[in-house]
Amino acid sequence: MGSVRPIRTEGPKLGERDLELARPAGRAFVAKSTVMSADDVRRALRRIAHEIVERNHGTDDLVVIGLAAGGTPLAADIAKLLVEIDGREVPLGSLDVSFYRDDIGTRSVLPNSVTKVPVDLTGKVVVLVDDVLFTGRTVRAALDALADHGRARAVQLAVMIDRGHRELPIRPDFVGKNLPTRRDELVMVTSDGVSLGGYAEEAS
Amino acid sequence: MTEGLLTIEDLGAQGIQRVLELAEACEEISERPIPKVPTLRGKTVATLFFENSTRTRLSFETAAKRLSADTMTFTAATSSVTKGESLRDTVETIDAMGVDAMVIRHPSSGAPALVAKWVDAAVINAGDGQHEHPTQALLDCYTIRRALGLATGSDFAGLRVTIVGDVRHSRVARSNVAALAALGAIVTLVAPRTLLPPSLEGWPVGATSDLDEVLPETDVCYLLRLQAERMVGPLIPDLDEYTRRFGLNRERVRRLPKEALILHPGPMNRGVEIDDDVADLDRSVIVDQVRNGVAVRMAVLYLLLGVPGALGSERAFDEAAVMMGAERG
Repeated sequence: MGSVRPIRTEGPKLGERDLELARPAGRAFVAKSTVMSADDVRRALRRIAHEIVERNHGTDDLVVIGLAAGGTPLAADIAKLLVEIDGREVPLGSLDVSFYRDDIGTRSVLPNSVTKVPVDLTGKVVVLVDDVLFTGRTVRAALDALADHGRARAVQLAVMIDRGHRELPIRPDFVGKNLPTRRDELVMVTSDGVSLGGYAEEAS
Repeated sequence: MTEGLLTIEDLGAQGIQRVLELAEACEEISERPIPKVPTLRGKTVATLFFENSTRTRLSFETAAKRLSADTMTFTAATSSVTKGESLRDTVETIDAMGVDAMVIRHPSSGAPALVAKWVDAAVINAGDGQHEHPTQALLDCYTIRRALGLATGSDFAGLRVTIVGDVRHSRVARSNVAALAALGAIVTLVAPRTLLPPSLEGWPVGATSDLDEVLPETDVCYLLRLQAERMVGPLIPDLDEYTRRFGLNRERVRRLPKEALILHPGPMNRGVEIDDDVADLDRSVIVDQVRNGVAVRMAVLYLLLGVPGALGSERAFDEAAVMMGAERG
């Protein structure tokens, strides 16, 4: 056998999965009403940051951890505001709780990011940040996940929207807005604000 | 039959990407002070090895344990197989005990595919004869991606991978050719003609017998083990001759581009296909391969046992993803 030119094999174009996940064909999110504007969200974040500083008498021992994926950008904003208010750097992390959910195997739960906890949480006060508090099951899973990173002195919960329908005894410490909803409605929190809506009809 | 992982072809490019992506989250778990999550609590994973193995079996067991699954170990040498129990009776017995996944290594090509027809458990091929070893290829792709610092979800378009050695008997080579090609790599096989498959028709690869010629155009040099136990007849004149022409030594490493990686699936025949000091170079990522094996196998176990339909139909997966988005909270 002589030397044969290597054949260039055709690979598919990859890396488009996230987009697909966010907008699967025919099941897109359709907003029905705007609940908070971008300014409203910004002001709520600032208030929450002040409340966090007030409750904890400063930012000593604080660690801000966003729940992936919705809570991570909000957590980053809050961490930035805390520095502005108190002048000290606050460790920022993110938590993907998919591995800790109680509904694994009954439906698909796929991690959509890698957990990053920058410090040992033993003795720290953890502020968990999420976009929407609904059944409380994500927060329950997050509490289990946190325990594997050390024994926090206290865990507090900050959410932009509390939409009710709790299935577990969990309540938030800091809330952007209480929003009464129906179970089948969807709440979307983005940097452009908060909107209430549902899924588009199956297009087929 | 529940879905399983029998070949790389079953998985396709999208399936491969899904495993590699999830493996990153699994790698993070392994780095924690308590490297264990409750994800697969209550699930049972049985490892059935009809052929010897160190790393694959331990790697699967470690992966299962880090996800809190229970593990059962079956080794042919200490089982009723020695009393003449058939493969079918053996796996049906284990299936009857209620296992969720069977990890099978067998000297006969196609054995895991047969078992998958007989049992309810998800069957994972951990190496069958000269056929496939899909999780090895997945962990190799993951290792290459990590070692080259490629972003999550990126493919291997244009990456030049040279696979050297006993391709003919190698299930590792078959699975790797399939996986690397699916991700867009340019694969070249280097071996004496007797150690290449009789026909390469349909293989998305180039082939040559001149290692020194391809080394300067190689980004990843993958060395295969010379499988003395599978050699039938006089396929190579003698070991020294093989080592002179195909062994990776210091001098050949100098012909490789500076950033090129060296991989080996293990176990290594030091001094045959790879020189002692070459195996211990920084660019040899052989130990990373072993470490990454645990993360990749965690990802495979999780996708098979924790996410209904994740490795099956695309539609089931997309619907599941929608629900995931909708029901967070």
